[in-house]
Amino acid sequence: MASILRFRKLCYVEPAVKCSSVGFESFDQSPKIDQKLDKKEEEVISANNFALEINKKRKQPRRQPKEWRRLDSCCWMIGYLCSTWWLLLFLCHSLPVTLLQVPESPGFRLKREGLAALHPVVLVPGIVTGGLELWEGQPCADGLFRKRLWVGSFTEIFKRPLCCLEHLSLHSETGLDPPGIRVRAVPGLVAADYFAPEYFVWAVLIENLAKIGYEGKNLHMAAYDWRLSFQNTEIRDHALSRLKSKIELMYLTNGYKKVVVVPHSMGVIYFLHFLKWVETPPPMGGGGGPGWCAKHIKAIMNIGPAFLGVPKAVSNIFSAEGKDIAYIRAMAPGVLDSKILGHQTLEHVMRVSRTWDSIVSLVPKGGETIWGNMDWSPEEGHACDFSRKRHSQPSPIDNNVNNSDVKRGFQVKDPVKYGRIISFGRAASQLHSSQLPTVDSKEFLQTSASPNLNFSCGEAWTEYDEMSREGIQKVAANKAYTTQTLLDLLRFVAPKMMQRAEAHFSHGIADDLDDPKYNHYKYWSNPLEMKLPDAPDMEIYCLYGVGIPTERSYVYKLSPTSGCKSIPYLIDSSVNGEDGSCLKGGVYFADGDESVPVLSAGFMCAKGWRGRTRFNPSGIATYIREYRHKPPSSLLEGRGIESGAHVDIMGNVALIEDILRIAAGATGKEIRGDRISSDILRMSERINLKIKQGQK
Amino acid sequence: MSAIRRRKPINESDKTSEASDSKPQKEKEEEQHGDDDGSDKDKKKIPSKIKKKHEKKPPKWSCLDSCCWFIGCICVTWWLLLFLYNAMPASFPQYVTEAITGPLPDPPGVKLKKEGLKAKHPVVFVPGIVTGGLELWEGRKCAEGLFRKRFWGGTFGEVYKRPLCWVEHMSLDNETGLDPCGIRVRPVSGLVAADYFAPGYFVWAVLIANLARIGYEEKTMYMAAYDWRLSFQNTEVRDQTLSRIKSNIELMVATNGGKKAVVIPHSMGVLYFLHFMKWVEAPAPMGGGGGPYWCSKHIKAVVSIGGPFLGVPKAIAGLFSAEAKDIAVVRAIAPGILDNDIFQLQTLQHVMRMSRSWDSTMSMIPRGGDTIWGGLDWSPEEGYSCAKKRETKNETQIAEEAGFESAVSQTRSAKYGKIISFGKDVAEAPSSDIERIDFRDAVKGRSAANTTCRDVWTEYHDMGFGGINAVAEYKTFTAESIVDLLHFVAPKMMARGTAHFSYGIADNLDDPKYKHYKYWSNPLETKLPNAPEMEIFSLYGVGLPTERAYIYKLSPAAECYIPFQIDTSADDEETCLKDGVYSVDGDETVPVLSAGFMCAKGWRGKTRFNPSGIRTYIREYSHSPPANLLEGRGTLSGAHVDIMGNFALIEDVIRIAAGASGEELGGDQVYSNVFNWSEKIDLQL
Repeated sequence: MASILRFRKLCYVEPAVKCSSVGFESFDQSPKIDQKLDKKEEEVISANNFALEINKKRKQPRRQPKEWRRLDSCCWMIGYLCSTWWLLLFLCHSLPVTLLQVPESPGFRLKREGLAALHPVVLVPGIVTGGLELWEGQPCADGLFRKRLWVGSFTEIFKRPLCCLEHLSLHSETGLDPPGIRVRAVPGLVAADYFAPEYFVWAVLIENLAKIGYEGKNLHMAAYDWRLSFQNTEIRDHALSRLKSKIELMYLTNGYKKVVVVPHSMGVIYFLHFLKWVETPPPMGGGGGPGWCAKHIKAIMNIGPAFLGVPKAVSNIFSAEGKDIAYIRAMAPGVLDSKILGHQTLEHVMRVSRTWDSIVSLVPKGGETIWGNMDWSPEEGHACDFSRKRHSQPSPIDNNVNNSDVKRGFQVKDPVKYGRIISFGRAASQLHSSQLPTVDSKEFLQTSASPNLNFSCGEAWTEYDEMSREGIQKVAANKAYTTQTLLDLLRFVAPKMMQRAEAHFSHGIADDLDDPKYNHYKYWSNPLEMKLPDAPDMEIYCLYGVGIPTERSYVYKLSPTSGCKSIPYLIDSSVNGEDGSCLKGGVYFADGDESVPVLSAGFMCAKGWRGRTRFNPSGIATYIREYRHKPPSSLLEGRGIESGAHVDIMGNVALIEDILRIAAGATGKEIRGDRISSDILRMSERINLKIKQGQK
Repeated sequence: MSAIRRRKPINESDKTSEASDSKPQKEKEEEQHGDDDGSDKDKKKIPSKIKKKHEKKPPKWSCLDSCCWFIGCICVTWWLLLFLYNAMPASFPQYVTEAITGPLPDPPGVKLKKEGLKAKHPVVFVPGIVTGGLELWEGRKCAEGLFRKRFWGGTFGEVYKRPLCWVEHMSLDNETGLDPCGIRVRPVSGLVAADYFAPGYFVWAVLIANLARIGYEEKTMYMAAYDWRLSFQNTEVRDQTLSRIKSNIELMVATNGGKKAVVIPHSMGVLYFLHFMKWVEAPAPMGGGGGPYWCSKHIKAVVSIGGPFLGVPKAIAGLFSAEAKDIAVVRAIAPGILDNDIFQLQTLQHVMRMSRSWDSTMSMIPRGGDTIWGGLDWSPEEGYSCAKKRETKNETQIAEEAGFESAVSQTRSAKYGKIISFGKDVAEAPSSDIERIDFRDAVKGRSAANTTCRDVWTEYHDMGFGGINAVAEYKTFTAESIVDLLHFVAPKMMARGTAHFSYGIADNLDDPKYKHYKYWSNPLETKLPNAPEMEIFSLYGVGLPTERAYIYKLSPAAECYIPFQIDTSADDEETCLKDGVYSVDGDETVPVLSAGFMCAKGWRGKTRFNPSGIRTYIREYSHSPPANLLEGRGTLSGAHVDIMGNFALIEDVIRIAAGASGEELGGDQVYSNVFNWSEKIDLQL
């Protein structure tokens, strides 16, 4: 001991060795030190400290203290932060993974129940979530060959935004590649497992499927270029042929087990298109013959299906804004108009997104019959008090209570007129139709569009620049638009896009499905203008979230900015209803999963295809499975395991369990048929649609 | 400000009183400093407070702080550099290179696009062993959180983090050669499977990029990724890989207007594709049921790159003692490193145990026995002289024979036929001088109970000293006896392997036994499909020393150890012996003989191996190392993997894909003596 002490003494007295003094000081503080030596040591320490102090003071006036100035403190700070950061990172990495254990995943639980992979599974991603990569580009995209332009980290978009946008847009005439640019869908499961780092789309579902034994040979992601119209994915990339061949192969190599298809969002109507395409003879279709679907497909499990379109698409085309963007604009006007892309962000976005045909496939279908007219809508009387509903248990009794509540509310309040998808001014959205000035929507199609000779508008070109001022005024004068007149409106404001896209999509309701014109591919993705294939053993599921306010109709105003600041219409975010009303920030909300209203997601399964109808001649069984939204209880849960939001629902345990059970061989009956907590059945009842053959 | 103010007085004092000592100066400085402080205090209170703090805690700036400061500095510069690097235009490195070395030639894709070439035939890539990525689908506890992460290829981060776990997951079952229970490691699919092996280390990426230039994209390119650890037939049994390839080729041919596919296998992929061609035409239970004309209907050309048609000697060293030239050198330089680092001792044993569970390594054992690889006293490459390696750039078909003959007479030549010999003297002595004791009947003494060897189990433990000595007593092994040797030292592995692969030469190809799948990947025991319009190309690099035969010694270490190792002390300039390895011409992995023989002789014209007379072409690429560091791995390389970035090779491949035939390409292009050597091989055709 003594020798150690002496050694210490030496150390302390030796003033040059500062480091050791620090080390020993810290050592001294440790409780292991012998009690007896304490006093002595303290003396030594104090003496030494004194010596040190003197020594330092002697040194201080020299250059030393001067040099530890701002810059050095900065460096010191950064170094300090970095090292702590690394330390934490290291600790985080070396932590056993089990420490942050989330509740047991459904895949694991079901595996213990004895479920095993049986039917091959095909995943069909929706719009926007699929990855796109560059195969050929302009000089500005040098070095990006086979790098992701869309999805992933999006770093490239921030680095060279204009270049990226240029590559992401399609040719405005053909809706295909612009010359010299080839951007293609990323193939394989990586295409849409994560949208951005840590923001899962399919990843959770894939992981759970893998738990019960799925792997590359019986799990396939049908990635396609979501910007193209559906038929064009076949023309350019043979995407439909590839999907067909893949399904046939999986059917073959997995012991003739039929395939379970899991499409999401727009993938749902893409797959509807595929169903018709595959049975149609070759030049236009895939030539699989009439029994193909019955032979190869067991079930279609539509997640968040946008069967009848989404109102969001309208506001997107009309003014390139959704709820969120409108908010931003209201809070900080000017931000969007001037920053990132060198002015005119929204205009750029609009220009690019208007070259994407696929968006038109999401415009509401079925016209006033489905979506309501000036004075009527199927959701009429929907109570918007989401906070109350959110926590109610989804049981049938509760449901009734809710419904009666709703009725009571209905008598008191003036019902929201959801039918008017776009209205100009709040008054126009609430007045009775007889009080509104009626302008025939067809009329403004005839007004000659005298070009606004505005060359000062920069390079962001939108079709609005070509519209005359009178045209813009006239649109606003009409006050309110229903789904029917909306199409005319869109044709007016975006003539090129609609002309291109209407060759690929149709938004009506068929009177006579046997009319030979319905053999054309443009009707294939509209469930109201196609017959389901002849496959009585197939099952169709509608799985979607409810309990989140979802955009249903909009209150617009004319943009105050003049001339070339382009987009002449804005959502009027100043319009707010009183508490408990469905109007907020210029948007009327209805029940849904934040993107797709219940009506669009559920109607076909609830009524249009239920039983043997003219849309479903072979009587394919349909099931509705609703998942009421519950926000994550704590931050640790991330995006929640009981979420009902459009994308987050892919992590919903109940939904995953349903899919796993079906994939492992269960039928709809075995997972207990329908599971409904919204008003979907009542809503669909109100819709007066001829569904039986010959019924008038 | 204060700094400037302080400076001035010093300078003035310097000017005025040059002779004065340093002390007064310092005093002045201090005064000045004090004045500064005072004035600062008057002006602002806050900075003075800061200063006070500094003064109060002078010991703070100690070692720890200096460390922090240092790290901070480094971080800042690093970020700065990173930022600059990211802000740098992508074409900058190229610009620098051009400034130094003069303008680069256009990449072949650009050049050929200017010539007007367009995508025509769909292209199928078949990656080789080791280069394909593998990912985890189901694992043990220790691999949690690695779901669908790359286990092989990519950054290999997991190898360093949890090595034992990694080894466990990469191994296959010892008995079946399939998955161990509870573990599923599967090949990555798509072009990403093998475009880069590690970040920045391309395999297929350059070729893909150049093909894309002339219009290829995902719909016309397909990477036939398979689990390269499995035996070929097992990839079908477990993953249905062969069926997928078949279906994909059919799809691509159908959607591209009936244009036949060009298949580009690399390395072991060549053997895999040979297997596929037999499989696809064989009837259903064992084969793909494509019917006898499937290949002629769907395949335009097979462009094999660096194909080890007849196996590679490297595979033997790998199986026998888990070491190749590189490892042997490392061991010689720093003994002990390999034995006790990463895996807590016994790295090599772990590697050996793992790689011995991979059936595919056995597909690379040299085939054709002594007829092809040479006996005790002769070998086809006899007379090859390493000094003559620099005989490059010879556009004529065959090297001048005169010069070649003279070289033979001058130098002693290595006896390549003895693939493994124990001791250098044995390797050089004529066969009559070697006394050999047959090892085949030797009793394998049971080893002393080996509890000290931890969990690393290799089959050597079962051999005991008797067996080991018997092997060493046999002195030398040729290609034929090597198979026996492997049977002796690794009976389990070989039992699995011989069910899937065969290494002989067929006497009568019509023998019904050759319908079995184990013969399909051996070109000496199969007939090519009946597809007279098909073309087979063999593209490979030459001009690099390639392992051909080894000198072994008994390992000095104790019993817990691989008992044989390469004798790195053996060197001989004249006979190409270096560090215990005899090398010969080739692409660093595959000797010319293995890559070229089938196309030079075995399949040339109508032979019994090639009854329909499929045309064959040899295209050799002479290796020249990259001129400077900026070129990376070079555009003229001939090395086994780097050749995928060789511009001449890429140009050939693109031309074929765009529709050119072998004749239009210019037929054979030969730098080595492969025709000469093939001549010497006495094989009935």
